[in-house]
Amino acid sequence: MITGTLVLSGIALALAIGLVLCSRYMARSEDSVVDEVERMLPRIQCAQCGYPGCRPYAAAIVADAAPLNLCPPGGETTVRRLAKFLGRDSARLEKPVEVAGLAGVQASLDAVAVIDEELCIGCNLCARACPVDAIVGVQQMMHTVISEHCTGCTLCLPPCPVDCISLTPRHA
Amino acid sequence: MLERGLQRELSGGFRIRARKAISTGTPIARGLLPKRLVIPMAQQAGPAAVPVVEVGQRVRKGEPIGRPGDLRSAGVHASASGAVSAIREGPAPTVNGLTASLCVHLETDGRDDPAPSGAWPGERDARIDAICNAGIVGLGGAVFSTAEKLRGDAGCELLILNGAECEPYISCDDMLMREHPLEVVRGALAMMDLAGAESTVFAVERDKPDALRAVREAAAQIGDTRIEFARVPTAYPAGGERQLVEVLTGREVPSGGYPPAAGCICQNVGTAFALDRFIRRGEPLTSRIVTVTGSGVANAANVEAPIGTPIRDLIEFCGGYRGEVARLIFGGNMMGYALPGDDVPITKAGNCIVAAHSDEVRESFGEWPCIRCGDCAEVCPPRLLPQELLRAATARDFDRLDALGLNDCIECGCCDVACPSQIPLTERFRQAKQVRAAALRRAAIAELADRRHRRKLARLAAQTEDAGRQQDHLIAAIGSGDGRAAIEAAVARASRRRGESETAQGL
Repeated sequence: MITGTLVLSGIALALAIGLVLCSRYMARSEDSVVDEVERMLPRIQCAQCGYPGCRPYAAAIVADAAPLNLCPPGGETTVRRLAKFLGRDSARLEKPVEVAGLAGVQASLDAVAVIDEELCIGCNLCARACPVDAIVGVQQMMHTVISEHCTGCTLCLPPCPVDCISLTPRHA
Repeated sequence: MLERGLQRELSGGFRIRARKAISTGTPIARGLLPKRLVIPMAQQAGPAAVPVVEVGQRVRKGEPIGRPGDLRSAGVHASASGAVSAIREGPAPTVNGLTASLCVHLETDGRDDPAPSGAWPGERDARIDAICNAGIVGLGGAVFSTAEKLRGDAGCELLILNGAECEPYISCDDMLMREHPLEVVRGALAMMDLAGAESTVFAVERDKPDALRAVREAAAQIGDTRIEFARVPTAYPAGGERQLVEVLTGREVPSGGYPPAAGCICQNVGTAFALDRFIRRGEPLTSRIVTVTGSGVANAANVEAPIGTPIRDLIEFCGGYRGEVARLIFGGNMMGYALPGDDVPITKAGNCIVAAHSDEVRESFGEWPCIRCGDCAEVCPPRLLPQELLRAATARDFDRLDALGLNDCIECGCCDVACPSQIPLTERFRQAKQVRAAALRRAAIAELADRRHRRKLARLAAQTEDAGRQQDHLIAAIGSGDGRAAIEAAVARASRRRGESETAQGL
């Protein structure tokens, strides 16, 4: 009987040690979870969630500091996928905050920003607002959007003092 | 001319009652020249052509009006002489359905002045470029660039001339082989040399003995022993290129690959004809043979139509509509699609127009749920599982769709015909393919955006650090006695100068 107890206790102890070691050395770091959450987001860096980019929002989600439903470009699908991945409750998509002068303009990967080069005064404000450096131009000179790099995030629209930027459908 | 035996049976597919006799009674009708041509720039697989004419410009027949978008594209030419009246976006029927394309509108002048023809170059590369510029694309309906196919680096042993034409209504290749066998065979020989193939096989369905006889006589006349012929079974879709390669060589084209992976290239007989015309006469591709058929058209026939002819003019040329037309189909009734109206132009992909009465269209009782009978899997030529694909497509499960081989679907429509629940499977698969492609595009953009965003953040961080360091220097300088003295001296200098300039102005 003693032998049996000892053998079983030995096995239990070995397994316990194994588990502790695993949880210490093979645990998912918070970073890898943030990585994964970030990959589920559209990553167009539009900042409509109120965070300066997709990664900060992902970090806030993982830290449970932000709800899952702040990403309009991702849509309901993204909310559901995030909820499933993180084991949290799904919620309806939050309406994005309306930016003054931008009513009806939606950030979307299917669109690209276009600068009306006749009107551009070269103030460079749009280029500074662009999260992906898709706008090029020297101060006092006409600026232009590299459409292959543009994510249609609309962040360049509000800073433009002459309203010369508009969104147009992206050509495949 | 030797007969080549078949290596394999056609897998899947079935026999469909042919309705080719409707349109094969009369010779190919010529002389159609509509008042207005609408020539789309996006007629070929690959990027759209770029217009090189302006509104108001006069063009002659065969003059380039669009240059190839890139190597996979093809040039577009004026199909008749006349004046450009507009260049604007409009619907163009292509392989993937009606697509929006920039179209050049041409008011024809009826004179048909030809543009000076180009010479056939001597170098192989120059020849292939010339074919690309001449706008020659696969006229079987897929409009894949002929130059791109011939350019292929992969070693190709066998050129398959596709004259199978398995679609029940279409007869344009049949009529072309009957009336112009010599040109077709010459074009095939030119292709064989360009592709470096060792032999050529003409694949013709068993129900076209006249066409086969004509081609054999022409080949005998030319006397080239590298030409063979094969009689493929009369079944749909025996004319699919993957199916032809399998039946003729016993080799399968690998998933995601093209026929060169099995040592073959396939060309349509109409393409060979167009190539011969270009070589002999320097004429680019400006017209094609279209089968205008169905019980809803007065005189069904094959018509040589200038590219860009509005379908309405084409039907009028054939005597107009007869009775109540239930459906107007572009392409055959199996692979084609219904058009919303006849106000769209014929493109290079337009091998057939079917004006069907309601008794020709299958009675529809709406879509019913899948009963998992498996009939679709039995008729599927690439041996896929359509019912499983449908489930995955409905769930938008792309990983599963990939695993089930969505990209190997040839969109032949056999499963649609077999399905007792009348589920439009092929349409669902086409949609799924498009959604899949769009998702991949989005992922690529997101990936790029991510990289660029990170780089911008890194750059901003570096800038802030730089600025911080400069500030540190400044603070350090101000903090020391020397620095403060220097600043005070500078301020004093500035105020003195201001005082001087004010005195000078008499204030």
